[in-house]
Amino acid sequence: MTMSNNDMVALFPDIVACMTIESLEIKKMCFLYLVNYARAKPEVALKALPVLLSDMDDQNPLVRALALRTISYIHVREFVQGTVTPLRKLLKDNDPYVRKTAAFCVAKLYDHDQGLVENSDLIGLLNQMLRDPNPTVVSSALASLMDIWERSENIKLTIDYASASKIVQIMPDCSEWGQTYILEALMNYVPQETSEASILAERISPRLSHTNSSVVLTCIRVILYLMNYIDDQKVITSLCNKLSPPLVTLLSKGPEIQYLALRNAILILQRRPEILRNDIRVFFCKYNDPIYVKVTKLELIFMLATETNIKEVLTELREYATEIDPDFVRKSVRAIGKLAIKIEPAARQCINVLLDLVATKVTYIVQEATVVFRNIFRKYPNQYESVIGTLCEHLDSLDEPEAKAAMIWVIGQYADRIENSDELLEDFLFTFADEPVEVQLALLTATVKLFVQRPSKGQALVPKVLKWATEETDNPDLRDRGFMYWRLLSSDLQTQDANTARLIVMGDKPPITAESEKLEAATLEEMCLTVGTLATIYLKPVNQVFRSARPRKLQESPALQKSQLPTHQEEVDVRKQMAELQLATSNQTSLGGGNMLTSPDGGVGQNTHSLSAALDAADMYFSDQPGGFPNSQNQPQTAFGGDNRPAGSLMD
Amino acid sequence: MISGILIFNQKGENLIFRSFRSDCRPRLADIFRIQVISNSQVRSPILTLGSTTFSHTRHENIYLVAVTKSNANAALVFEFLERLRSLGKAYFNKFDEESVKNNFVLVYELLDEILDFGYPQNTETESLKTYITTEGVRSERKMPEDTSKITMQATGAQSWRRADIKHRKNEAFVDVIEDVNLLLSSSGTVLRADVNGQIVMRAYLSGTPECKFGLNDRLTLGEDNIAPPTNNRLGTKATRAAAGSVALEDCQFHQCVKLGKFDAERIITFVPPDGEFELMRYRATENINLPFKVHAIVNEVNKSKVNYSIAIRANYAQKLFATNVVVRIPTPLNTARITERVSQGKAKYEPEQNNIVWKVQRFSGGAEVILNAEATLTSMTNYKAWSRPPISMSFSLLMFTSSGLLVRYLKVFEKNNYSSVKWVRYMTRAGNYEIR
Repeated sequence: MTMSNNDMVALFPDIVACMTIESLEIKKMCFLYLVNYARAKPEVALKALPVLLSDMDDQNPLVRALALRTISYIHVREFVQGTVTPLRKLLKDNDPYVRKTAAFCVAKLYDHDQGLVENSDLIGLLNQMLRDPNPTVVSSALASLMDIWERSENIKLTIDYASASKIVQIMPDCSEWGQTYILEALMNYVPQETSEASILAERISPRLSHTNSSVVLTCIRVILYLMNYIDDQKVITSLCNKLSPPLVTLLSKGPEIQYLALRNAILILQRRPEILRNDIRVFFCKYNDPIYVKVTKLELIFMLATETNIKEVLTELREYATEIDPDFVRKSVRAIGKLAIKIEPAARQCINVLLDLVATKVTYIVQEATVVFRNIFRKYPNQYESVIGTLCEHLDSLDEPEAKAAMIWVIGQYADRIENSDELLEDFLFTFADEPVEVQLALLTATVKLFVQRPSKGQALVPKVLKWATEETDNPDLRDRGFMYWRLLSSDLQTQDANTARLIVMGDKPPITAESEKLEAATLEEMCLTVGTLATIYLKPVNQVFRSARPRKLQESPALQKSQLPTHQEEVDVRKQMAELQLATSNQTSLGGGNMLTSPDGGVGQNTHSLSAALDAADMYFSDQPGGFPNSQNQPQTAFGGDNRPAGSLMD
Repeated sequence: MISGILIFNQKGENLIFRSFRSDCRPRLADIFRIQVISNSQVRSPILTLGSTTFSHTRHENIYLVAVTKSNANAALVFEFLERLRSLGKAYFNKFDEESVKNNFVLVYELLDEILDFGYPQNTETESLKTYITTEGVRSERKMPEDTSKITMQATGAQSWRRADIKHRKNEAFVDVIEDVNLLLSSSGTVLRADVNGQIVMRAYLSGTPECKFGLNDRLTLGEDNIAPPTNNRLGTKATRAAAGSVALEDCQFHQCVKLGKFDAERIITFVPPDGEFELMRYRATENINLPFKVHAIVNEVNKSKVNYSIAIRANYAQKLFATNVVVRIPTPLNTARITERVSQGKAKYEPEQNNIVWKVQRFSGGAEVILNAEATLTSMTNYKAWSRPPISMSFSLLMFTSSGLLVRYLKVFEKNNYSSVKWVRYMTRAGNYEIR
């Protein structure tokens, strides 16, 4: 049909005539043609309906199933309506092959016409098939029911413990796909008692040794789900131990499956860190891994790195940073920098590796390293300053805006410690008008910082830059910031107190963390219910990727271990933070509330948790404060400096 | 679930388009061609546009594509594509553009059978071949009992085996094939060593034989050895190895193996499919016997010269020998000339690959071979650092397993009680055997 571009629809009447030929192969081809063109010419297609109907009464089960399968693909009203009666009979056919075809047929009809199915007894018949003696028929009926449930508002799918344990019992006798369908159906079972959950998890765990990765991953999904309902930590630990090896074994499959397994490992690691704790080496990249596998492994290496294995990890990452693919190299460099931020005791080691890499003089490595160093300075202010000298040697190789802006930030921040900071800035300022806004903003801020710290050196530059920023630019951000600095500096001149500008421009910045890629608790909880699906590739809430997908939620039950859920733990965290915040601010107000623009450390603005929860907590707090400055208090101080960039996630 | 299956050639021509749901429209083929085939920036096997997801794999010179809507089970989609590929191979020997074009009727027939409404159905080659054949038009109208046998098998618990198989000689061949992966740092420390093993069986057994398969006296699986304290690991490891045991990190079985029984009693029992199949796949990371020790010194003397000195020692019994030993030693891109000297085998510089290829046909146990080479480089106007890819090695070595896995017995129980002949063969190959 697609072998040529000729339209074959003209042959329809002839094909219909061929349908009665007594050969299964020819019949199959005719039916295929019918499925493809029936919608184009429904009136001709109708002539084939009697053939199909009589074939559904054929002696040969293969023919019966074929006719049923074909008729249910055709989206023409007469066909759909004509299917119902024979389908009802074939659902009880004595041949299992026909029965399983009929089971899927119900889902197909539902796709064509929801009302028709809902108003008939087909769903009920499908439900009865769950007691069929043939396991393949049962799994097909389950798959069909799940398909209907996925698209339906009116039909609910609930599985109680008795049926759950029955389908688990027949699972070993199903085909690999049937096992997947059964495991997927188990996600609709809500354990009422914690013992039910552990028994079931125990019983399906042998599936983890299956060779089909969809069985394995779906089984991991179900076990992770059931764990939410298990209270015994020993059982949880033993299940966790079982999950780790199969997940790693998937890495010996084809690259696509590897990729999927790795993305899921990122997810699972956040929910149950104990699962992959000891396995960092298996995620080391092979030289010929496809790039998507490498990048994902890199992310996992970063997540699994700890103080104990940091040496090994750094040697590995250093190796990656000399590979050919620039994108991968950059990500490796960035990972090293993030490790310096994540693991404080290893910061020195990481920095040494970075300096090593900068020495290769490969431009994109130098640029990436510059960005990374900026973040390191943010994390460890006033430390490792010796690095600045090395960075300054490579100014010429910077041509990307982000790297330039980073370097300019460093110069501005450490203007008083870099001997020739004014000259360096002047070099950059030379091309001010041609730079992208990102760099222009950085230059503006850096020049003001220079002036604040070393007025004698900066006084020549500041008026020039402020003039450019306010008079010769079209960008409102740049102009506004220029004006703000201008006012700030001139008000200082009037009050003869240089401190206000200094306090604001050089104020303490909130610390940064390297954990920015962590999923929100609610997202994490939802994603863990979809292990192995497409959404896990993107690691985004299911509804963000697929708007029509049915949202999944952990169902309430007496057995649900609420205190162990990420969302619950987050709530506890936020409460704790709010308590600290309250403490910190009350200290500050007692100091006179001078630096209103410096938000307290660990403040609401930059924490990585659910914004809504944080906002609620903040509201609660501010409602207790008489008067106050709720708005300015909550504003990130860095609206001025452009400094509150997160440390850049590995995936960006 | 899967909305449609598409097959493209490398030029982006759509060879097969089979939709299983009304939401898979023909123009999706154009979208895939534009967004994936003609887009060199695509770096992922999965692409989601709106609510449509294309999952693809490449095989020979064709793209196999599955179209899905909504949040489908990605593992199932890729496993299915993989299965489609192996089915294609089983039916046409080679599954490429040529064979798809020559057999497109059969491809459609197969797709119609193995997917219903986008749900994978029976995909066992053995049972499919009983009712979807390559022999073209054959006498039809099979007897009803014949077809019901087919349908019983296609939906039954043993879809992989026909009931009435007869062999004059009952034989079973077991091949234990191990791929050793090694990553050695330039300083000679082992960064990673593991074994991916598979046990492939060729069974020619009559009737419905029940097989029982025994590995080493003691088989420990990853989770088992978590209980004992880890402080004395080295000591316990040595004693375990001596007792003829093997520690596997994890293993996976063909669907004929009764997983429940293995989980409870560590006994592998199964009714095998007829012919060749992969019984088991396993992974081992402890106690790996590395067949070759490599000591490599690569010295970038200056901008125009690189010195190589590579010594390889065989670390297995003297009566064994490895064959097809090939060592690939990467050279800088601007290499002009290589002078090399080897103690055994042949070494040749392959400029198009930027490699020195060193081949040793027969490498006896305990032997040591050495290569000394010097690469002369041309000067380049802009000096670019050499990324120094790893040195890689490939080989195959019979009657040796890196993990120490042994087949103790294979018992066949059949109601006719015939005697059967069993053969076991071991082979260790290089997976990724790399030295940085």
